[in-house]
Amino acid sequence: MKVIPASDCSILIEFGDAITPEMQDRVLGLFYALQAQQDASIRNLHPGYVSLLVDFDPLAVIHDEVAAMIASLENAAGAVREAEANVVELPVCYDTEFGPDLTDVAAHTHLSVDEVICLHSSAMYRVCFLGFTAGFAYLGGMPEELHTPRLATPRRAVAGGSVGIAGSQTGIYPTETPGGWRLIGRTPVRMFDPQASQPTRVLPGDSLRFVPIDRARFEELWQERT
Amino acid sequence: MTIRVVKPGFFTTVQDRARFGCAHLGISPAGAADLLSLRIANLLVGNDQYAPALEMTLLGAMLGFEERTILAISGANCECRLGQDRLAANSAVEASAGMVLQCGSTTDGARSYLAVQGGFDVPLVMGSASTDIRGRFGGHDGRRLQAGDVLHIRRAEKARGRPLRTGALDQMKRTGPIRVTRGVQHDWFSVDAYANFLAATYTVSEQSDRAGLRLKGVAILPRESKQLLTDGIPLGAIQVPQDGQPIILFVDQQTTGGYPKIANVIAADMRRIGQLRPRDGVQFAEVSIANAIEALDAQERWLKEIWQD
Repeated sequence: MKVIPASDCSILIEFGDAITPEMQDRVLGLFYALQAQQDASIRNLHPGYVSLLVDFDPLAVIHDEVAAMIASLENAAGAVREAEANVVELPVCYDTEFGPDLTDVAAHTHLSVDEVICLHSSAMYRVCFLGFTAGFAYLGGMPEELHTPRLATPRRAVAGGSVGIAGSQTGIYPTETPGGWRLIGRTPVRMFDPQASQPTRVLPGDSLRFVPIDRARFEELWQERT
Repeated sequence: MTIRVVKPGFFTTVQDRARFGCAHLGISPAGAADLLSLRIANLLVGNDQYAPALEMTLLGAMLGFEERTILAISGANCECRLGQDRLAANSAVEASAGMVLQCGSTTDGARSYLAVQGGFDVPLVMGSASTDIRGRFGGHDGRRLQAGDVLHIRRAEKARGRPLRTGALDQMKRTGPIRVTRGVQHDWFSVDAYANFLAATYTVSEQSDRAGLRLKGVAILPRESKQLLTDGIPLGAIQVPQDGQPIILFVDQQTTGGYPKIANVIAADMRRIGQLRPRDGVQFAEVSIANAIEALDAQERWLKEIWQD
């Protein structure tokens, strides 16, 4: 574990340089242990693939104090959080209207569209961390057969709920943004709701599975949501 | 009590200190780009120093007061008129019912802050009144102000503003390089590349916003092109994308990113970043973390000492 001052009000804890499930356990273990401290001088925690960034109030604490707090939690960090078992089942409609790049992904991976859908929805994913935009989950665990490069030219607008593939990653756009991922479907579930007590549908460490639904079920769930 | 937005100005939002505790959900801090000026404006009218205020960018707003209101403007100078009279910045002023405040273009910075006694009354979202433009929440309806908006003000209870000492703000005017500490990936760059970064004068690009200030100038390239595993971004991080043109990650920043960070603006100088305008020149100078903390402590002491007794 490397403790690096990242700025005058933050520290980066680096656990290594390879993305492995064990590394993720350590990042998330420390993240949840620090969060449980509810220390008012800690402002923000940013878990990443192999590191945790800790922002603090530099008028309240100094780097050494934060580093000491982290060192004291290092053992606790090995413990898996209780919510770790939380499995989110996310309904996805793999319709070509929602997934305009489905056929391209199938062509690139030498699979049929049905095989792409089957592979994508049979894997169990892990929410490594959230970033990029509010509620956007970096998911680990996409089957290698599905790896497809991102679009050469990003779309100006991707609808909220769109599910896409980019290289070895898959993810869900929580809200409408520009984006270059290959779109293969859409979820009717609201991934980000700033007014909710839990604003994001998933949390770091959650397990996630995509459950295929047909267009009629999508419309039903969409109605329920609004 | 209400204020009518006659003209919104170029880009006006409600901001407070920031939204903390949500970075792990991908939510940026937002908050005032020049927090020190927001605090001064609030203290002038007797508010809590972090009360929600208006952040006006480059061209100020035109506002109609429906009731008697105490207000103060701080930050960048913008030629303001209240009714027929010129309005002095950095002092509390009373607007009577029916008066119109017209704020002009900023002349010496990018952002002016308007505080009203009582503070703007907007719902807190995740503990903050700050507008999150990309997420479309917080502030006034999660967006910048538009003509016709009606802003609500909290009724002030026993608020007592304090005037500034004459010339107090001049002591804190700072020119010269923006101070930075070393970034987490500074060693991705050769000693020469890092020296070039510190020697260069960059220009603030017109593509800049509250999420990031894009700089144009000497390209800085890492020793080798390797892929960074996406990690957390501290406020004020200076990241270097593939084209070598640095970007200062700012209050509406992404919480994680995949470009190497060569340096980080110190907390005490973030307010200066908030006042940079497109086409301004920027230079950087490295300081130690201890010096950065000292500068922040000095700024806090200064803020306590600038008021008349």
